[in-house]
Amino acid sequence: MDLTNQRRNQHLFWRAGFGPMAEDLNALATHTQKSFTEALWKASDRPVAYLDVVDNALKGLVMGAGDVAVLQRKELSADEKKQIRVQSRQDIKSLNLAWLAEMVNSDAQMREKMALFWHGHFASRNVNIFYQQLLLDTIRKGALGNFGDLLKEVSKSAAMLNFLNNNQNKKDHPNENFAREVMELFTMGRGHYTEEDVREGARAFTGWGASLNGEFIFRKGQHDEGQKTFLGKTGRFDGDDVLNLLLEQKQTSLYITRKLYRYLVNEQVDEARVQGLADRWYQSNYDISSLLKDIFHSDWWYDPRNIGSRIKSPVDLLAGIRRLLPMKIANEEVQLALQRLLGQLLFYPPNVAGWPGGANWIDSSTLMFRLRIPELIYASGEFHLRPKDDDDQMMGMREGGEVAGVPAMAGGKKGRMGGGGGQMIRAEIDWVPYLKRFEQVPDEQLFAAISGIVLQTPSGPGESLVKKYVTGDNREEFIKAATIRLMSTPEYQLC
Amino acid sequence: MNRKRFLQAGSLATASLLLPRFLKAVERPVMVPPGNKVLVVLQLSGGNDGLNTVIPVRNDIYYRSRPHLGIEKDRAALITDEVGLHPALTGLKGLYDDGSLGILSSVGYPNPDRSHFRSMDIWQTASDSRQYLSTGWLGRYLDAQCSGCGRPTQVLEIDDVVSLALKGEQFKGMALKDPRRLYTASHEDYFREIMAAHQGDPGAALPVATAAHEAERPVDYLYKTMATTLSGADYIFEQSKLRPSSASYPNTELGKNLHTIASLILSDINTRVYYLSLGSFDTHVNQAAQQQRLFTELNDAVGAFVADLKANHRFEDSLLVTFSEFGRRVTQNASGGTDHGTANTMFLIGGGLQRKGLVNNLPDLENLVEGDLKYQVDFKDVYATILNKWLGADDKSILGRQSAYLDFI
Repeated sequence: MDLTNQRRNQHLFWRAGFGPMAEDLNALATHTQKSFTEALWKASDRPVAYLDVVDNALKGLVMGAGDVAVLQRKELSADEKKQIRVQSRQDIKSLNLAWLAEMVNSDAQMREKMALFWHGHFASRNVNIFYQQLLLDTIRKGALGNFGDLLKEVSKSAAMLNFLNNNQNKKDHPNENFAREVMELFTMGRGHYTEEDVREGARAFTGWGASLNGEFIFRKGQHDEGQKTFLGKTGRFDGDDVLNLLLEQKQTSLYITRKLYRYLVNEQVDEARVQGLADRWYQSNYDISSLLKDIFHSDWWYDPRNIGSRIKSPVDLLAGIRRLLPMKIANEEVQLALQRLLGQLLFYPPNVAGWPGGANWIDSSTLMFRLRIPELIYASGEFHLRPKDDDDQMMGMREGGEVAGVPAMAGGKKGRMGGGGGQMIRAEIDWVPYLKRFEQVPDEQLFAAISGIVLQTPSGPGESLVKKYVTGDNREEFIKAATIRLMSTPEYQLC
Repeated sequence: MNRKRFLQAGSLATASLLLPRFLKAVERPVMVPPGNKVLVVLQLSGGNDGLNTVIPVRNDIYYRSRPHLGIEKDRAALITDEVGLHPALTGLKGLYDDGSLGILSSVGYPNPDRSHFRSMDIWQTASDSRQYLSTGWLGRYLDAQCSGCGRPTQVLEIDDVVSLALKGEQFKGMALKDPRRLYTASHEDYFREIMAAHQGDPGAALPVATAAHEAERPVDYLYKTMATTLSGADYIFEQSKLRPSSASYPNTELGKNLHTIASLILSDINTRVYYLSLGSFDTHVNQAAQQQRLFTELNDAVGAFVADLKANHRFEDSLLVTFSEFGRRVTQNASGGTDHGTANTMFLIGGGLQRKGLVNNLPDLENLVEGDLKYQVDFKDVYATILNKWLGADDKSILGRQSAYLDFI
């Protein structure tokens, strides 16, 4: 395969971010990978702004009292509780869209890409918007920092403590859920500890809890001060000690590195390579940036086998389309329906193990829908698909407030319906920056140029085939239609 | 360019397409053995309240725990002197009288989880409560059935989205709401043609089922999924036209979906398992009205479905089972509803039941765990029984455990 400089740069943007921006297209052919990599690091070095979407009325209701003690749920009326639940769910949607906008628009691509990795790794579902917002902030701030620090912050987050029932983990009634998941999913992976380690670890985490407004609380009275034997060591361990013991295990660096390799490089793991990366990462005391640099600067990072070989996650796909084709979406919430239909709704991972990824993204329904999305955006088509209900999210209510189980979708939210009763993506693409890229391209090279920008695979649908499905009244219309057609292919699902 | 013109551009293209090599192998007719057993799984999403579904009408604890929500004996559809069905389930009472209804009580699993999505995962993947699987029990059945078959239509879901239950390692079951719509959606010439072009690409490996799709190129995996989807869409549509059911069904979503299933059951299709859902049964608030409405939909649609199958002599070979991710707490809450609980009731409906009526005892309300029912039957044993005795499949390899078979079939 003839690996052009442009394709290598696109690879960098797709893997260390969410694909190239329309504005950057002209530079892709000329800039070096080194200069782009440096620019990506620089942009991700800037301080992270806190994403705060919480409705003011909700803030008043939950935070206004000031004293955490009066916020105990029983002191809120049934109406207030309901109001909190409903507004909280609405705000989680806003948080989803706000974060997605960061992935699309922010220069800190590396940070957001890694934040998405940690969002799946430290998977948590929570109806409390404050908890979600705080955990997202922790993950975005710590995305490129030290893994040990990130692990500790996440482990002390209200979202995780609550999600994994550690508020119920008390000296005389230990709840093992938290300790088990910390080992199985956050650090070492299954098969590297015993049930005894789980029980002893759980004792160390007793007393760790969180307040309603999301602060970590150590409840000394509920903590088991006794001796524990954990992974072969004995002492009066607390939660921090247990996390440190887990970080001492080389298995932890191997487990995380392998998972990250699959996320950034290839689903097919080269075990020797991963072992080397993991060893060096362990030596660096879990500095995430060192691990990423090790990966980005390796000689295999631009190996043709690693290019165009990864199935985009739904969020990669949606963000990537919006980066290449900047657009205004009038009904922004339609993006939540797209995420749900494609199987990746941010803040609602399928379970505590996160999204399994890879081939798991693809089934008959998701693939056929992926192939239609570019056209739905471009030609304002309607789709009649309905995502499955999520009872954790809806508590028996459909979105828009109707009671769930009402057969027809008709009469749902104003503005999201098309004339035929389906949903529409009311998007308006700003083609100007994209079209600029092709101004100097001679006609006979136009299709190859478009294909080279849109697709990362060595081959794709040929010019004569695609041309049959593109009206060519003028050059601009041809570029637009050919771009949409090339996005409506299995190849475009890969990066 | 508007949508119409965009699509017109496609229709100008030649419609005559070479059938890709891979599909040619798939298009051979599939013979359906007579007496072919069919399973329909109806998921009651949201956690149906089992105690108001099959009601212990002479149990004081039940009425004490549910002063407002308890259903009086004289309102229930009585099947015995001690047991009544929910008042909306009159048709199911008819099936009971007929010997076509089985009731399993207290079905659940150890260490129950009260989160909808987690417990649904556990039911759909048939995992232990501490195990995370990314394949479903029917998906793994599909892997076994479709080994080397190329077109995974043995398991179908009537929905827009494929449930985890249908996702296997090798193959994933297809989802469709309507065979015609699936056919139309997949019949864009452009899709057919890029697929044909890919198959002709010398760089493309022949997508025969590989031992593990990890070994296959992702682009081939995508095209394989596309090929099986398009070929499956054609096949399902052809079959749906073969002997379409002319019976009348209620004009509800469940009615329409069961009508679709009936037409396929009457055809020669190789589908053995159909999957569909009804919901939401998450009745924290105002349970009485919501359950009444959903059960009316269920009762009428299932009634029409059974009558249809009987008239066409397929009822003996059909088994419909219902399940929900959990039951609800024994005690009502303060909002006219019930909160998430544990073990639950399953209905078994079919003309081939060996054990009819109450297959086991009603839940023991005197022996609760923190106000919740103790499970008596592991749902994985129910799956194993169905896989082994009804579908003739190797339940041990599909479920990865040695199960205790039940005797309802």
